[in-house]
This record gives sequence, structure tokens and C-alpha cells, in this order.
Amino acid sequence: MQVPAPFDYERASTVEEAIGLLERLGSEARLVAGGHSLIPMMKLRLVNLEYVIDINDLHDELGYVRVGTDEVRIGAMTRHRELLESPELGALFPIFADAEKVIADPVVRNRGTIGGSLCQADPSEDLTAVCTTLDASCVIRGSGGERVVSMADFHRGPYETAVEHGEILTEIRIPVRPNGSSAYAKVERRAGDWAVTSAGAAVWMDGGAITDARVGLAAVGPNTTGIPTISEALRGQAPSDELFARAGALAAESCSPVTDNRGTADYKRHLADELTRRTLRLAVERIEAGIAGDQRGGS
Amino acid sequence: MTATDRPPVPEDLEHVDNDQHPVGHGRMLRKEDPRFIRGMGHYVDDIQLPGMLHLAILRSPVAHARIVSVDTTAAQAHPKVKAVITGADLAEKGLAWMPTLSNDVQAVLATDKVRFQGQEVAFVVAEDRYAARDALELIDVDYDILPPVVDVRRALAPDAPVIRDDLEGKADNHCFDWETGDRAATDAVFEKADVVVTEDIVYPRVHPAPMETCGCVADYERVSGKLTLWTTSQAPHAHRTVYALVSGLPEHKIRVISPDIGGGFGNKVPIYPGYVCAIVASLVIGKPVKWMEDRTENLVSTGFARDYVMRGEIAATRDGKILAVRTHVLADHGAFNGTAAPIKYPAGFFGVFTGSYDLEAAYCSMTAVYTNKAPGGVAYACSFRITEAVYLIERLVDCLAYDLQVDPVDLRRRNLIRPEQFPYTTRTGWVYDSGEYERALDLALDLAGYDDLRREQEEKRARGELMGIGVAFFTEAVGAGPRKDMDILGLGMNDGSELRIHPTGKAVLRVSCMSQGQGHETTFAQIVAEELGIPPADIEVVNGDTDQTPFGLGTYGSRSTPVSGAAAALVSRKVRDKAQIIASGMLEVSVADLEWTKGAFAVKGDPTRSVTIQDIAMRAHGAGDLPDGLEGALEAQICYNPSNLTYPFGAYVCVVDVDPGTAEVKVRRFVAVDDCGTRINPMIIEGQVHGGLADGVGMALMEMISFDEDGNCIAGSLMDYLIPTALEVPHWETGHTVTPSPHHPIGAKGIGESATVGSPPAVVNAVVDALKPFGIRHADMPLTPSRVWDAMQGRPTPPI
Ligand SMILES: Cc1cc2nc3c(=O)[nH]c(=O)nc-3n(C[C@H](O)[C@H](O)[C@H](O)COP(=O)(O)OP(=O)(O)OC[C@H]3O[C@@H](n4cnc5c(N)ncnc54)[C@H](O)[C@@H]3O)c2cc1C
Repeated sequence: MQVPAPFDYERASTVEEAIGLLERLGSEARLVAGGHSLIPMMKLRLVNLEYVIDINDLHDELGYVRVGTDEVRIGAMTRHRELLESPELGALFPIFADAEKVIADPVVRNRGTIGGSLCQADPSEDLTAVCTTLDASCVIRGSGGERVVSMADFHRGPYETAVEHGEILTEIRIPVRPNGSSAYAKVERRAGDWAVTSAGAAVWMDGGAITDARVGLAAVGPNTTGIPTISEALRGQAPSDELFARAGALAAESCSPVTDNRGTADYKRHLADELTRRTLRLAVERIEAGIAGDQRGGS
Repeated sequence: MTATDRPPVPEDLEHVDNDQHPVGHGRMLRKEDPRFIRGMGHYVDDIQLPGMLHLAILRSPVAHARIVSVDTTAAQAHPKVKAVITGADLAEKGLAWMPTLSNDVQAVLATDKVRFQGQEVAFVVAEDRYAARDALELIDVDYDILPPVVDVRRALAPDAPVIRDDLEGKADNHCFDWETGDRAATDAVFEKADVVVTEDIVYPRVHPAPMETCGCVADYERVSGKLTLWTTSQAPHAHRTVYALVSGLPEHKIRVISPDIGGGFGNKVPIYPGYVCAIVASLVIGKPVKWMEDRTENLVSTGFARDYVMRGEIAATRDGKILAVRTHVLADHGAFNGTAAPIKYPAGFFGVFTGSYDLEAAYCSMTAVYTNKAPGGVAYACSFRITEAVYLIERLVDCLAYDLQVDPVDLRRRNLIRPEQFPYTTRTGWVYDSGEYERALDLALDLAGYDDLRREQEEKRARGELMGIGVAFFTEAVGAGPRKDMDILGLGMNDGSELRIHPTGKAVLRVSCMSQGQGHETTFAQIVAEELGIPPADIEVVNGDTDQTPFGLGTYGSRSTPVSGAAAALVSRKVRDKAQIIASGMLEVSVADLEWTKGAFAVKGDPTRSVTIQDIAMRAHGAGDLPDGLEGALEAQICYNPSNLTYPFGAYVCVVDVDPGTAEVKVRRFVAVDDCGTRINPMIIEGQVHGGLADGVGMALMEMISFDEDGNCIAGSLMDYLIPTALEVPHWETGHTVTPSPHHPIGAKGIGESATVGSPPAVVNAVVDALKPFGIRHADMPLTPSRVWDAMQGRPTPPI
């Protein structure tokens, strides 16, 4: 049995209380949500803390998927499983179900949260790529109040986010735009493994032309920020295999993978290309089939 | 021949209903499962003793370094710590080094140098496991880092740092040389052969990774002088003898108990430093001490398997008659040679690398070396290296088929040993006992629909889809072994067995082998049931306690049924012989006038006059006279010495699909036809096959213990060392033929490792077959998507 170093345990029952505890207990205190990233690191003694502040009681307050007219709001304590099973999310953003099916395993998905995933900011983490693809923004609250940051500002680098000490991520907001759809694809060595590489794509169309498109990648470098050149290359174009190939090539160019146990840098670069093409194609197919994505206001 | 016109198989008990418990062989639910299913298994970590202390081991963070100093002051000062012991402390007691099962020595705690990452350096004993672990952080070790030997191919380079400078006069990293077969004859055949195919084939280092890690509770009682050790051991008796020889404690004062074991696969054959540390701690402190390693410790420090870098050559005529096989192997044995194999077989049974084929000549030479990696070299369901041997020959045959442009099945069929050639002596001296190879191959092809699969493949290839069909044929050699040839550290590989029938006709069978999930409590009860007609439910099987069971060498190398199973059958027959004499007294006829029908003796020609085994048991213990010269009670004891190994075999067909864009491999189908001779409990056999096939898929596609260039093990968790899940394996399609062993009392051959031996080449052959359009003849395991993609780019790189 792997045992963590000694630590003290606190439990917060409101967001304010959590913020208060963080401030009072100082920099050696850390929030624990689902615990599926933090606790393994503690057991391996990669992280040694004085205090763990359990925020699972905040699930009532921060566990939700709320669909508004132009935005979907997801509470930070919403669990992987709830994202996977949410019919609203599935209908508006099929990328979520695509991704959630291949994140970890049911045991992890029962506990792990979207907030924990984003705050962990692991470069191989899938929901950051999903949120980047969907141009999400993050709501961060501290004793001084609330601020909203874009994904690009939120995700500062590996294991580093815009959440400062004494702050908590409370909500993820995703804009809803008409006539779009999305998809996610991941290559893993085995079910439940982290991605060798994954890619998400979101496409919006008007008639036969792409009005906007976004691609997000995971596990191919320190950052999973969107790739603006792809969006530029796709806007105003009619979807075609050649177009997707161009996008794939851009994805491969824009990433910076390293060779490790999961695969060589060359292979990951190839996957960035391949999976970008696949997800773009699938997103467009979904729009054309009218079976998924938001059709309100569409033709 | 097709499946339908094949002659009926003897002893085929597939029809026996699962719920009607057979009195003897047949399909039957496992007696041990109710306790496992209800979470009532009892493992080493479940042992709680009053006053028990906990031990944790400090391990080396680096692969190779001189120990400058070890400062334990702060750890000693921890309020819950009872003792901190270093290598220097053990050296004072002469216990810093221990023998391995291969006549090498291994450091219990490092004194001079650390030789692999994860090596044991010091231990702490504390009141609880948390404090023990915390105190490890307080030990300060000063290391003088040395360059490590990581690449096995560089181990013998003149400038390579010498790892084993503890061995007198050691000036290089050479471990041993070994050869088998006839070099000159083989060279001569290669000279004249039309076709020679050479391939470099790596079998990477893998790990058994049992669900339960290794550990023990050592309890030394000062007053009685008795040491009781609850431990994760596949070989309790052998362990006891080794402890007695090393520690000097008298053997009758050592009791080794293996309770339920959560998987072994060979990982629990060796004696690890942790066990010795716990024993020392209990001797010194006089209290029970528990040591349970964690997952990382298990993966980075305990017995690994394989790690062979092989150059294989196969010679044949142009029309596909295989003439000879030649190979040179570079074997990585890690920092200490911890191989657990019969002592005269330093390469295990790798000598069966001639496979299932009738050859003119064969030769193997091997060089084993030390590297800065964890010790071991055997383990993991390999029947002493037959996994490597079968992988080599089955890959070579496929490479030959590729070069000759013939169907790999046709090539195999042409060269398989024919039924009339058995017993067959191979060119390396192994005597295969029995086999009908083509019958098994036909059945497998039939179940798979081989011709249809090839047609489907052709259509798919035309569309650019990548589908592969892999075939492998294997012969196992299990049941070590005849004492004239086989011993482990001087202990002959024979198994005792004791059978006692209670007055009411219930029985207890005591065996020396040790179940780790194989279902011995059921299988062995069924063996006795078959011989005596006592229902399996009435037979208790006791294993794993040296105070309660006769001596024997334990369970590994699929030896339980071939050796202990034979012992169980023979001891039952001994009891039956005595029962017959008692019955003759009861029925007042001569012994010769009695006839045995399962469970009862009857007077020949008058079946109404009979006594059951239960009647006889009561009479054996009851009042009244027994026939002259007969003692009371109904029990017997034997020790079985097998005259030969047994040779199970099988034919496997694997079908894979490879995604042309991502290079991901999906195992779509797997057909396994096994012949393990007489089938005692077909359900248990299938379970063993299913598990072994999953193991094989894991090794072929994802498992590997890898190291970085500094010798850091980068497979120290189950997120890094991947084992397959239900999603990676297909529905298993199993079939069987039955070719009994001629020398085993019930004709059984053992099944535990057949599937682990046979499945990796089937999977790899299938993947390589799928990649045929890319001009690929070979690619090494593990065939992860990245490695398959590399192969598709025309650069299949070896994993090490
Ligand atoms: C076996 C296994 C496989 C996995 N596979 C994948 C995979 O394939 N893909 C993938 O994306 N992920 C994977 N994960 C990670 C999993 O998704 C985790 O659940 C997730 O990364 C973290 O979520 P959590 O709620 O468990 O966070 P925790 O472990 O509780 O916390 C993680 C970090 O976030 C901080 N934190 C948590 N919530 C907040 C908040 N609201 N505000 C501020 N800080 C916060 C914590 O302080 C901590 O530093 C895997 C995990 C495991 C154990």
C-alpha cells in the first residue's frame, strides 16, 4: 500500500468557507475534488501537503449543467460521469460524450470532476482540450470577488493555471452558437490510459460553407491552446478531404510533442494530423446529418 | 480431416452438467470460489497479530552508486520507530547477502554499492505502516553515482563499468555461457540449405504483476524458538529449507504458511530481501513483523521475466522443408542472477526452441550478462523460458513463410512432428511424450474458418484495410521434474501427497503444491474423487502450510497437475489397495474376487454383495478385526518422482485489425485449441486458458518494463506498466483435443501456462501479417500503436 505523508483534513461546505480555509491555512493547503489526480500524487509522495480541504460537499452547489440561450454553464464539481450522461450536453456538444467515454475508467469517472481536471492542467488531460475547442471560459472566485478568464488565459502551462492561491474555480461557460457540431478522438495504448494524442474539433456552418472552426489538442506539448491558423484556414471554405488534410498538416506543425513511453514525437505529430482530420470530418458529418449539435437558428 | 469425422476423444467429459457435481473428472464450479466471491479470502495482508509491527524498506533511487554513508539518526529518533537496520548492521550478523535460486548471491541490504534502482538499502520497523513509511524519509544516504549498464548489448564492452565487483576477481559483466544442440551438425545443414532466414528478435522484459504484491508476516517466538512465516510463496517447502540453511534456525522450528495468494505467475517463487528483513526484524525485536510491498516496489524490484535479445536463423529447402534452427541469445539477468529454474538449466527449458517441428539439426548458444536492473530472469507463466523459445521458433517460421511466399499454415503442417514419431527426441535432447499435432491444428483452423478469413483479408487489402491472421503452434514442457535431472538448490523436484479417509468416509488430501488461483482445492479433490468415488465436496484439500503438508517443491512451471496431481492419484490408489483388503474381509471373499466400480467393491459375478468406500472407511476405524496383518485407519502417503516431463501442445489463431491511420491494433478474434491430455475439470482449464491468452495479448501489445538511459525504471506503476483490460481482449473461442500423457498416472499434462506460451506469437504473427503490404517481415513486441506506426514507416525499431 502506498501511503501519503501526514496531513490534516478540513471539509468545506460552501464556496466561501473553502476560500476562507485556503486563506487561513496558507500555501500548504490544497483543495481536493474527485481526488483522482491529487491523491495518487500524495500517495507517491510527489506532493506533500499540510492540509487537504475537501470540497465534495460543494457538489450540491457546483455540480450542474445549465443550458441557457447563448451559453451552457457547467459547475466545477460536475463529475465526469455526469458530463457523460447529460442529455443536454450530448445534444449540444457531442464532443463531451466522445471525450468522456475515453477518459480513464468508470471508477475514476464516478469521482473525478471537470474543475479538478482543468485545475490539474496535465498536458495530456482531455477536458482542457475539449474546453479549448469549444472556446470556453472559466469563472474563478476569491475573497475579492469573481473573474472570468478565457481558456487561453486559464491554462498557463503544464500544471499551471490562472487560479491563484485562495481562489477556486467555480464554473465553466461554453458559448452556444447556431448550426455547429463537434467531435473528439483519442488514441490510447489501452482503455483507461492517458492519451498518446487526442484532438477535438468544433465546426459551425452556414449553407455549404464553414463559418468557423476550432481545434484543440492534448498530449502534444506543454499547451493545449487552440490553433488559430486552423480556424483561419477553414473559415469560409467548403468542407473537403483536402481542406481537412490542410488543417491536419497545420495541427502537426503547431504542436511540440516529445518522445516517451506512449510514443515517439513523430508518431504523435502524425496523430495530431490524423485525428484533426477525423474529428473535423465527423463534426461536419454531424452537422450535415442534423443529428447533433445546436440546430437552433440554423438553416 | 474436419471437426466432425475426427475419432472421438477419450475421457471427454465436456457434457457433465455444471450443477450435478461429478464424482470425479468433469465440469464443476470451483470449491474455493464462494469464499473469494464473498470477499472472504484470507491473504497475507489480512493477518493481524497482537503487538505486530510494520516494516518498510528504503530503496535506492539510482541504478548504480557507491554507498558513501547511511545516517539513520533522525529515523531512530522518530517516536514510533522500533528499529532501523542498514546493510552494515546485517553484515555484522553475516546476513547482508543471501543465495539466489541460481547459486548466485544477492544483497539483502546493500553494503558496498547499489546495483539497480529500487534495490534494498535499509529498513525501518515501526508501530504502524504509516510511521514506518514516514521514517524512511528521515534516513540520509550519501551516494557516489557510478555510470550504469542499461543497454544489454553494451554490458560486455571493455569499458563497461563492472557491476558485480563483490564477486572475487570479477572484471566484467559476464554472468554465464550456455549452449545446447550440435553446433557442427547444425552449421553443416545451414551450409547446404537452399534458404536461410535470419531475424533479430527481442523478447522484452515483462513483469508478472500479480494483483497481490509480495509480503510476509514473520513471528518469532522466543520461548519456543519457533519462527512462523505467513508469506506470499508459491513454494512454501522449498522456502522453508532455504531459510533453515541460510539462517541456521533448525528446519523443524520454521513453519511457512502461504494463505490465499492473489496471483503468482512465478513472481512468488524467489525469496526476496523483504522476507529476510522481516525475519531478521522479528528475531531481533521478538515481535511479529509485517512487510507488504507496494505496487511500485513490486514492479521495480521483484522477479521480472524474459529480456532475451535473440538472433534466430532458420534453414529450409526451397519447397518448405525446415532443416535446422540456430540461435544466439543475449540474456539480461539484471544485477543478480535470480533465475528460478532447475539448477542444471540456467536458461530454463529454452532448449525446446526447436518447437513442434521435425528437424535435422539445432543449436543454441547463449551469453548471459549482468546489468543495472532488477534481478530475476524467469517467472511469469513461462514454464521456464518456453515462452521465449516458442516465440522465437514461431516467429522464425512465419519469417520463412514470408520469404518463401507460402501460407504459414501450410509451412507448419509440412514440418510438424507426426503422431507415429512419438515419443520424439528433439535435436536438443527433449523427449516429447505424445502428440497429435495436425489434429489440433485442423480443429483450430476449422473453428477459425481459416480459408474464409484469408478470403476476407484479400478483399480488405484490396480496399486498403489492414487485417491480419496469425497462427502459432506450440509444444510446452511442464511438470519439472525427474530427480535425476532436476533440482532447485539441491532439492529434488518431487512432490509428496498424503490422503486420509475419515471414519465417515470424508477425506483430507494434503499436497505440497500451492494454489495461487488455479483452483487446486477443486481439481485435486476431483482427482481423488475419480480414483475413490468420494464426492469432491467431501474431500478437503490442504495446501500451503509446511507443518500440515508433505514436502514438495511448489507450484510454478505448470507442474502441479503433472507432479502433485500424479501424487494425488497414486496416493488414492494406495488407499484403494488397502480398502480392497478390508473389503475382502467384510465380504469374506479373496481380494482377487473383488471388482471395483467407482466408489465400491463388489464380489465378482454378484453385484448385490458390495461395500462402499464409506463402509470400508468406517470398518477401517471401527471395532472388529481387520484382515491379518492390517493396521487400522485408511490413509496413505507417497512421494512422486515423474519419469519425464509432460508435453502439452496447442494451435492458436489470432485475427487482428490495424487502423491504417492511427496504427491501433484491435484483436478481433482468438481461437485457442489446447491439448493438455486428460481434462480433469474443463471449466478450470478454460479459465486457465482465458487468463493466459489475456496475458499473451498484454505482452504482445502493451507490456514492457523499460528503463531510461540512467537506469531509472519507467514502468513503476500500473499507469506505466500496462496490463490488458476486458476491452482489449476478444471473446475467447476455445477448443480442445485429448492426447493423454503415456507416463502420467491419469494422462494429464498441465495447462497453467500453455496460453501464455502460445498466444504472444499468434498475436504478433497476426499484426505482422496485417502489415504485409508495407513489406514488414518482423516487428518487436510490445506492438503499441507508436511501434506499429514506426513499422508502417519501414523502420520497425527494437524496443531495447
Ligand atoms: C487511472 C486514471 C486514469 C485517468 N485517465 C485520464 C484520462 O484518460 N484523461 C483525462 O483527462 N484524465 C484522466 N485522469 C484524471 C481524472 O480525469 C481526474 O479525475 C482529473 O484529472 C482530476 O479531477 P479530480 O476532481 O479528481 O481532481 P483532484 O485530484 O481532486 O484535484 C486535482 C487538482 O485540482 C485542484 N482543484 C480541484 N478542484 C478545484 C477547484 N474547483 N478549484 C481550484 N482547484 C481545484 C486540486 O487542488 C488539485 O490540485 C485519470 C485519472 C486516473 C486516476
